[in-house]
Amino acid sequence: MALTADIPKGNFRLSMLLYDTRYRSITIQVVFLMLFMAGAAWLVDNAVQNLHNLGKDFNYSFLGSRAGYDINQTFIQYNSNSTHARAMLVGLLNTIFVSVLACALATVLGVIAGVLRLSKNWVVAKLMTVYVETFRNVPVLLWIILIFAVMTESTPAPNAFRGETPTASMSLFDSIAVTNRGVYIPEPVFSNSLGNIDIGIFLISNDLLAILAVLIASIYVNRLILRNATAVQYATGIRPVTWWKSVLVLVVPVIVLLFALGFHVIKPELKGFNFQGGIQMRNSLISLWLALSIYTGAFIAENVRAGILAVSKGQTEAASALGLRPSRTMKLVILPQALRVIVPPLISQYLNITKNSSLAIAVGYMDLRSTLGGITLNQTGRELEAMLLMMLIYLILSLMISSAMNLYNRSVKMKER
Amino acid sequence: MSDLHSHNTLAFVRSEMLAEQAPPTSQIGAVRWMRENLFSGWLNSTLTVLSVLFIYLLVTHIGPWFLHAMWNADSLRECRDILAANYGEGATGACFGVIRDRWHQLLFGFYPQDLYWRPVLAMVLMLVALAPVLFSWVPRKMMWFSLIYPGVAFWLLWGGSIWFPVMALAGFVVAAVVYRLVLPVSTLVASIAAGLAPVFWWLFLSGPIARVLTGIVPIGLEPVTSDQFGGFTLSIVIGVSGVAMSLPIGILLALGRQSDMFLVKTICVGFIEFIRGVPLITLLFTASLLLNYFLPPGTNFDIILRVIIMVTLFAAAYQAETIRGGLAALPRGQYEAADALGLDYWRAQRLIIMPQALKISIPGIVGNFIALFKDTTLVVFIGLLDPIGLSNAIRADTDWNGVYWELFLFIGAMFWIVTFSMSRYSQYLERKLRTDHR
Repeated sequence: MALTADIPKGNFRLSMLLYDTRYRSITIQVVFLMLFMAGAAWLVDNAVQNLHNLGKDFNYSFLGSRAGYDINQTFIQYNSNSTHARAMLVGLLNTIFVSVLACALATVLGVIAGVLRLSKNWVVAKLMTVYVETFRNVPVLLWIILIFAVMTESTPAPNAFRGETPTASMSLFDSIAVTNRGVYIPEPVFSNSLGNIDIGIFLISNDLLAILAVLIASIYVNRLILRNATAVQYATGIRPVTWWKSVLVLVVPVIVLLFALGFHVIKPELKGFNFQGGIQMRNSLISLWLALSIYTGAFIAENVRAGILAVSKGQTEAASALGLRPSRTMKLVILPQALRVIVPPLISQYLNITKNSSLAIAVGYMDLRSTLGGITLNQTGRELEAMLLMMLIYLILSLMISSAMNLYNRSVKMKER
Repeated sequence: MSDLHSHNTLAFVRSEMLAEQAPPTSQIGAVRWMRENLFSGWLNSTLTVLSVLFIYLLVTHIGPWFLHAMWNADSLRECRDILAANYGEGATGACFGVIRDRWHQLLFGFYPQDLYWRPVLAMVLMLVALAPVLFSWVPRKMMWFSLIYPGVAFWLLWGGSIWFPVMALAGFVVAAVVYRLVLPVSTLVASIAAGLAPVFWWLFLSGPIARVLTGIVPIGLEPVTSDQFGGFTLSIVIGVSGVAMSLPIGILLALGRQSDMFLVKTICVGFIEFIRGVPLITLLFTASLLLNYFLPPGTNFDIILRVIIMVTLFAAAYQAETIRGGLAALPRGQYEAADALGLDYWRAQRLIIMPQALKISIPGIVGNFIALFKDTTLVVFIGLLDPIGLSNAIRADTDWNGVYWELFLFIGAMFWIVTFSMSRYSQYLERKLRTDHR
């Protein structure tokens, strides 16, 4: 009875806002918010005033006007009469393209180097240590510029391939030409093409759609075959031989489809002063791709190594005590646990690759920063709008990648009960 | 038993011990080591052969290039001519003449030649100032020098009157004095006053006082403007300031993100995620293109300072995430123990939580430092001449048009030395601070 009466009620004093822990956090938050709002208001006010003084306004209508510049690598229809918005889209696709290429190569390099660094083979392990320590301790910008310099200065010009005694020759059965203007590789074409669908923003090739559909169907049928084999194994104890069925289902339909579409490759050929036909991979793309992959590969190698070391030796021993074969031990025991450690930093390396791809500016690759944040910005003089939009797009890309990471983390999280 | 042996007449029974035989040659020394480590299976053998082949190719390609290194040539053409004369047509060789010719640019940018002693002295003093921070066996008294070092370095590098950095540092003295004076009134009022007094000092008093003092006692160095900075001096100035300031800001952001206060937390999360989501290069462009929009009309401040601010904010967001990892790794019981001891929030953080959380996150923190130092090369895109910007300028020069390996080797080696020693130091620190049982 006395206890309830002891709690002071209704006698709120002003000093309690500071000294009572129940109210203090509210006070701090209010002060913090006020300071924050004041700061933000100050910045916005300055911006409004500065824009007014310069006689500028804040609008994005420039995105709809004619861009007037060419882009040397486009995945969708674009010419200098297209709008700035379309130039931005082309740049975004180029950013995504080089990032995806670099992520793939960096993962391959990183996994190989990380596993080999743990190898008992002394020479290989030391070699991989040298790779990792050299590449991750030197700025990636230096690697980009170095590879670009090597690609442009020490490769032969196209006319070195000409004449009776050419000083340079194409590699891989005359299909790849490495020149100082870029690398020319064969181009896959379909002579009985199914045409394209125009969905408004860009064209989608029907051929690719068809191939994709057939591949998905094949994989689905293969799944059914494997599931059936497992059912038979459960029922009879003997697993039927399925590998030839899988090969048949996975490979034959695609080959038949490619044949029906008239698939063939066009090799690059020297005509006039340059190579014609085939796909030209510009030096800017190659140097950015290789430099990002080799540099990030060194970081991924360390992540992979840490992940494998994180699985304790007892796990391997327990698995062999259960009678699992080494390959199954790897697949069922080690990898699932190692991947839980490896994948989150791996994805944040992918994030780094995407952000570092903006270093394209060093070699003139036409990515988002070079189109929207470069030529468009300089032509229209709308720094504020262009920079804010560019930051927003990078932010969205990053948030998409990190939400993929969160999804993965949730799915592999240790189920603790 | 001896009896049995002595009467033994059978020829094939040995009566004395044989000397121990050496193990087979395949089981000792280098051969055994190679069998176990290099050729233990077909995969391993293939890898070994491939690696040795790779190293051989590397050495045969780079070896002559290094052996023919040419240090005394004034242009690439001259270097190539000398190489062709000495080693025959088509011989490759390193033209390190470019380093001999331009090393001062790569290190100091366009800093006046007769003032090179100033950045060198600043660099040496930096090592002195870092010593008590990095190593615990250095006398603690030297910490005072570390505290005034920023002012010293600023004065040495930019020159001008000594009174401006002195007055700037005096702001901290003002804060301490005000705190002491107001403390009898109330701790809270004292803290607020100590926070506001130096701001007031820097904004309104320090400038005029410094000008007056300069008039009375004109001690000063020849001023050097920011556009004369370049090369590794610039990288180190940006890198070291960023490192020094990003850690405290990162700690505050991490604490804000862990906070129970909704508004503080939201703002910190928003800031961290925004900074981490955009490339540094966009922030640097913001510093060079947009900052003028967000400041009162007519203000224009130093480009190096703007870059340092942006790089610091960028690194601070990454530090915050690293430290948050350390905070999350700390067992809940540590927080509860601190509460049970009756420590208030800041004491608990300072005495119990932070020492442990920071220790856990050392590798990540140093990793961020290294990343920051490497990222200083990005300032080339906003027109500052860091080593890479200078290398572009040197390669555009007619004398050295076409040289790249030698330059990039030099720049890469300089960066490598700094970053590699940072990572070694972090490993040393981890070993030193490890308190678990071994």
